[in-house]
Amino acid sequence: MTGKSKVVALDHVVIRFSGDSGDGMQLTGNLFSDSTALAGNDFATFPDYPAEIRPPQGTVAGVSGFQVHFGHKPVHTTGDLCDVLVAMNPASIKANMRWLRPGTIIIFDSDSMNEKALEKANYTADPTVDGTLADYQVVKAPISTLTKEALKDTGMDMKSILKSKNMFALGIVMYLFNRTLDSVYDYFETKFKGKPEVIKANRTVLDAGFHYADTWELFTNTFKVEAADLDKGKYRNITGNVAMAWGLMAASERSGRPLFLGSYPITPATDILVELTKYKNLNVKAFQAEDEIAGIMSSIGASYAGSLAVTTTSGPGLSLKSEAMGLAVMTELPLVIIDVQRGGPSTGLPTKTEQSDLMQALYGRNGDAPLVVMAAKSSAGCFYSAFEAARIALEHMTPVILLSDGALGNGSEVFRIPRMADMPTITAPLAKANDPDYMPYRRDEEKLRREWAIPGTEGLRHRVGGLEKENGKGNLSTNPENHQIMTELREEKIARVANDIPLQEIDGDPNADLLVVSWGGTFGVVRTAVDKMREEGKSVAHAHFSYIMPLPRNTEEVLSGHKKIVVCEINRGQFAKYLRMNYPQFKYEQYNKVQGLPFTLGELENKFNDLLK
Amino acid sequence: MQDQNMDKQVANLTKEDFVSDQVVKWCPGCGDHAILKAVEDVFPKLGKRKEDIVVVSGIGCSSRFPYYMNTYGFHSVHGRAAAAATGVKLANPNLSVWMITGDGDCTAIGGNHFIHACRRNIDINLLLFNNRIYGMTKGQFSPCTFRGTKTKTSPQGTFEDPFNPGELAIGAKATFFARAIDMNPKEMTEIFMEAYKHDGMAVTEILQNCMIFSNGVHENITGRDVRDDMQVKCVHGQPLIFGKNRDKGIMLKNNKLEVVTIGQDGVTEKDILVHDKTQQDTGIHMMLAHMMPPEYPVAIGVIRDVVAPTFNDSLDEIIANEKANSKIKNMDDLLNSGSTWTI
Repeated sequence: MTGKSKVVALDHVVIRFSGDSGDGMQLTGNLFSDSTALAGNDFATFPDYPAEIRPPQGTVAGVSGFQVHFGHKPVHTTGDLCDVLVAMNPASIKANMRWLRPGTIIIFDSDSMNEKALEKANYTADPTVDGTLADYQVVKAPISTLTKEALKDTGMDMKSILKSKNMFALGIVMYLFNRTLDSVYDYFETKFKGKPEVIKANRTVLDAGFHYADTWELFTNTFKVEAADLDKGKYRNITGNVAMAWGLMAASERSGRPLFLGSYPITPATDILVELTKYKNLNVKAFQAEDEIAGIMSSIGASYAGSLAVTTTSGPGLSLKSEAMGLAVMTELPLVIIDVQRGGPSTGLPTKTEQSDLMQALYGRNGDAPLVVMAAKSSAGCFYSAFEAARIALEHMTPVILLSDGALGNGSEVFRIPRMADMPTITAPLAKANDPDYMPYRRDEEKLRREWAIPGTEGLRHRVGGLEKENGKGNLSTNPENHQIMTELREEKIARVANDIPLQEIDGDPNADLLVVSWGGTFGVVRTAVDKMREEGKSVAHAHFSYIMPLPRNTEEVLSGHKKIVVCEINRGQFAKYLRMNYPQFKYEQYNKVQGLPFTLGELENKFNDLLK
Repeated sequence: MQDQNMDKQVANLTKEDFVSDQVVKWCPGCGDHAILKAVEDVFPKLGKRKEDIVVVSGIGCSSRFPYYMNTYGFHSVHGRAAAAATGVKLANPNLSVWMITGDGDCTAIGGNHFIHACRRNIDINLLLFNNRIYGMTKGQFSPCTFRGTKTKTSPQGTFEDPFNPGELAIGAKATFFARAIDMNPKEMTEIFMEAYKHDGMAVTEILQNCMIFSNGVHENITGRDVRDDMQVKCVHGQPLIFGKNRDKGIMLKNNKLEVVTIGQDGVTEKDILVHDKTQQDTGIHMMLAHMMPPEYPVAIGVIRDVVAPTFNDSLDEIIANEKANSKIKNMDDLLNSGSTWTI
């Protein structure tokens, strides 16, 4: 661990492991994350792999990446520009050029460089020698050769030997960050239990990489990122989609209502369905329906029958569910609709992130059909967002759309494990059996919610459906005045949810010159940019919205008292338009990007600085 | 004691217990009235509490049905009743779920949900009111309208072939298919009872007359003069004999069904096909469902009733098994499982 090079302390580091789809980069990244957790750093990760399952080998389209952002200080994003790039072939360099900053260390498998590989990567000349990479520190290591050398006496076949070259690369990186190899050894022991020769081979290659970096003095400096000052507690690493699934299960436990998911596979939301199918041991009924419509309709049926019902989807699926969402509005049943947004319109950019379903979520239904719209703000935060969406749905008897996005869903973060006893209880307004005064559309005065009379309960037989209902009794009614009353009641019911959600927080001086407004999955990068500018003494505050319909009660106050307001979002200005409509007295600047990518820190700082001029 | 009381209550249920307070708004003379009465006749005999019955429907004239039954009821959106009913049944398998749909609702906009509900074999009793027309939107052709029929949207006559719901259901792996006629109340109640007893997806097609837009569409089957010769009652274990003089039968000849006359060409009763509703192979059931005038009489009664695992039972078994064998019993267990670290 001593090494010959100087150890430099860093606050945070972004490292991207990149190689061909078959190079095992996801595993390498995950193993590095595990070690990062043991080092006590805060961290976030993001896998970046092609939409195609087996894209052409060696091409830019076939590059698979895994990024880890870790720090001594709190880490709010999965990182953008990288400090270290591990590139297992020329295509990996090509694919990641936009993510390099001056000085990025590129650890490159020099054995992968040949004419064919260059051609596949669309290079006309070797980028490591022609000046293309002049701004970066390129560390060429003959990783394939050295892996072969390390395993030459094992009797393993060449294919298997080369498969472990990712461990050689990992060994180098572990050395670079002064890590111990124990956590990786542990992984080998568990993963290859009963195969001592495989364990030994992997250890050999990992050690070889580590020692190679040391002996050959590959780096002038090595780095150390001290442990983060995290709260005491038990932690785990969790992706947004898994956190979403677990948050729903937690809400089921705290409400006593069994969890039902009706869903249809769609990128990038599929993993929520995949995750929930695992927990039949916890009584989760996850139903893979024949289409998006059946996904939500089966959920509405399950909700009618007393379940905490959920449907999960992405943009195109949300479009298909529109009519059924109207039914849930009309029948005033609890329902959680999770939309993990991706680039649109139509099939759009399935594996890329965007925030462009906001207007669809708010208004994409026939008739005046208000429902609650919320947005998750971080991968680990998806746990609490899902819980909260379920709480509001159950306690207010309404459908709730919870917006996530591809970056949140696939990204992972450090998650402090909560105790279930510390989570609030959720109380749904169940109608009492044999209540002689029961009426399907009788409402309580505070929330205007109707009661939930679950089939099987004695004395509460009733009929609901998509036709307009008579106020109170719930019989069919086409009476003109009744429709006006019911439409207004549905609207007011949603408006009153504002009484049951937290006030909008403003981070920083409530009268700062520039108020930065954001919502949903952009929280981390926007907050980091604002923090950075405040450290530079600039008058910037941040309001990040998680509740969108209804908006928090103090939204007007939060927006008041600034010289400028800028609304940042990964779409063409949907939230800005929504704020303009609700609070037309303010002037809203916009920062919008629609490239299927999250904001980068630098571009936000530039925009904010421009606005402060 | 309570259970006994409940049993007694259930045993004492009558038709009146299931009549809702809503005014039935179907046209006078509509076949739907007779189907409603038949269902009201059957429900007290199910041995189920009123509270444990849910009627789910889609959109169309027939789909107003739930409002007229004093049970739990859910009137969903067009075509999606099968998906909603699936959710109800999976959420609470103790409920007896009845789905009401029409030929348009079920085989056009709802076709996908219909075939998949059949395939999964979810324990739902599906009553398909087939009047071969869109009634509620006032007379457009449906996927079950016969070729050449002139309707509002086929002024020159349709130029597409219709679905036969029986073929569709059996082809989609429904484990139960029956056919009834709205004019035969007793037969309807018997068939509905069989559908209820069937564990799994039970599809019953009811040939139902729309007085306004397709009046008489089933007349070549149900007419007083022709009905004996144009209907063959499928009774399990009995030969498929029909006709005013009970002298006609269905025979399997040259790999197809044929109408024969007993006593002619050496045909005896022994040559007549004996109905076996429990045959797993769909071949004969498909042929029976396919039969249409003028070549054949229409098969009435339970055509197919086979045993297969239901989706809902399978799900419950897996859940019970996973619960029994998993170390993770609650969310705290799950949250703390796997790779964690402490600071």
